Amino acid sequence: MSELVNLEVNGTTYPVQIALDRNLSGVLRDEVGLTGTKEGCDDCECGACMVLLDGQPINSCSYLAAQAQGRSITTVEGLAEGDELHPLQRNILATGGVQCGFCTPGMLMSAQALLDRNPDPTDEEIRIGLSGNLCRCTGYARILAAVQATAVELNSTSSS
Amino acid sequence: MSMQIATSLDEVLAALAAGARPIAGGTDLVVGHRQGKAPLPESLVAIDRVPELAEIADGDPLRIGATVTHARLMTDQVVVDRLTAIADAAALVGSPSTRNVGTLGGNVMNGSPAMDTGAPLVVLGAEAELASADGIRTVGLDDLWTGPGRTSATAGELCTALVIPARPASSGSAYVRLEYRRAMEIAVVGAAASVTLDGDAVASVRVALTAVAPTIIEIDGLEGLTGRAIDDDLLAAVAEAASEQASPISDLRASDRYRRHTIGVMARRAVDAAARRAAGESISVPVNRALGIGAAA
Ligand SMILES: Cc1cc2nc3c(=O)[nH]c(=O)nc-3n(C[C@H](O)[C@H](O)[C@H](O)COP(=O)(O)OP(=O)(O)OC[C@H]3O[C@@H](n4cnc5c(N)ncnc54)[C@H](O)[C@@H]3O)c2cc1C
Ligand code: FES
Ligand code: FES
Repeated sequence: MSELVNLEVNGTTYPVQIALDRNLSGVLRDEVGLTGTKEGCDDCECGACMVLLDGQPINSCSYLAAQAQGRSITTVEGLAEGDELHPLQRNILATGGVQCGFCTPGMLMSAQALLDRNPDPTDEEIRIGLSGNLCRCTGYARILAAVQATAVELNSTSSS
Repeated sequence: MSMQIATSLDEVLAALAAGARPIAGGTDLVVGHRQGKAPLPESLVAIDRVPELAEIADGDPLRIGATVTHARLMTDQVVVDRLTAIADAAALVGSPSTRNVGTLGGNVMNGSPAMDTGAPLVVLGAEAELASADGIRTVGLDDLWTGPGRTSATAGELCTALVIPARPASSGSAYVRLEYRRAMEIAVVGAAASVTLDGDAVASVRVALTAVAPTIIEIDGLEGLTGRAIDDDLLAAVAEAASEQASPISDLRASDRYRRHTIGVMARRAVDAAARRAAGESISVPVNRALGIGAAA
């Protein structure tokens, strides 16, 4: 049996007709049509499905879409402004922090949540911030570098 | 399936009386379903938007609402200053996203013998407040946890808060766990301690153990340590009692022998850190990082 659920994603409300046991990542990909959010393990281990719920990271593969009603969801598609990449996106490309790219959307969302609550993180704080995201390609160092570069960039624009 | 998003306690209790199961962060409930361990309940009531369940109230007793998340527990000043072992434990749970939605009430009511907040709550003398459409009762944690994944709460009962007597002066607490990695891990074994000092001597000490028995257990017979100094002999006695009273299993992650040995090491470290905090030393949360337990970053 399905029901009408309203989901607010990247500032737009999407009415979707879904079975209530469906997970948020599946609904975002298959009903809302935003496929930036990835499904890796599908049971809360890899972080590929990370999205923000009211600004905080959640594993959307293991969160019921129905429980996200009334909250605002941000996916990786919500980062860029039109054709202008978000600084995190620009920097992760520049540092070589993207190889196959499967982990990248989840990494970006965890990094975004981290920088929102802590604009000047230490290396240790970045590692903890990204500790729920696995990457099988890069060895993490270049992803860390992208977050460091973004923090420096955001802090210099906000103080100038 | 049905899902009601409740905004008041009365709504939650009415839903439970009508047969719904509560869902807070869903990090046990939904993940268990995705892993094929248990199907989702037919009827769910979301309790994460009920303001009265999300409060931390200072006073005697201290009261932590059931839906307070691990992310809040590890940073809240009252918890970090006075219920430090709980903050130590919360900071180890999963990853930032797990801590962001996973709750204290969910951890306690899920009833896993590996739950990290359980042993800290026991050594701090916490009781669970359970509410139903029929009223409110308070139960000790040893009466609440009846086996792995089982509690004595009825289906109509909601855990509304964990209630903790105010801490005496010169007391401190700590929680350490053995882990193989620094995130997305569950305890191989873990130990919590609370220590109250009278000068340099022990006025009281309590120790509880994670993942070495069907439920969290408290070590018996530590009264004999009252009046003694915190020294190597005392820590060795704690380690020995912990190893003796543990009844660990062997599984993929550790053998029973290894768990029995390491629980003693964890218990000794927990008492040492709790005593140092009781003496006024500042050891950052979580103690695990301060002591360098877990793989290097
Ligand atoms: C990746 C990952 C890592 C994890 N790491 C750890 C870890 O390191 N340490 C650890 O201890 N746990 C860990 N967990 C388990 C889990 O995150 C915690 O137990 C968490 O505190 C559960 O809270 P929740 O709000 O998500 O519970 P839910 O899943 O919402 O609920 C759990 C159970 O309790 C019931 N329930 C919830 N709230 C109440 C209430 N107020 N009254 C009555 N019943 C209630 C639900 O009906 C359900 O049966 C991990 C989980 C994941 C997915
Ligand atoms: S797909 Fe959600 S954590 Fe792996
Ligand atoms: S770039 Fe391939 S998993 Fe990270």
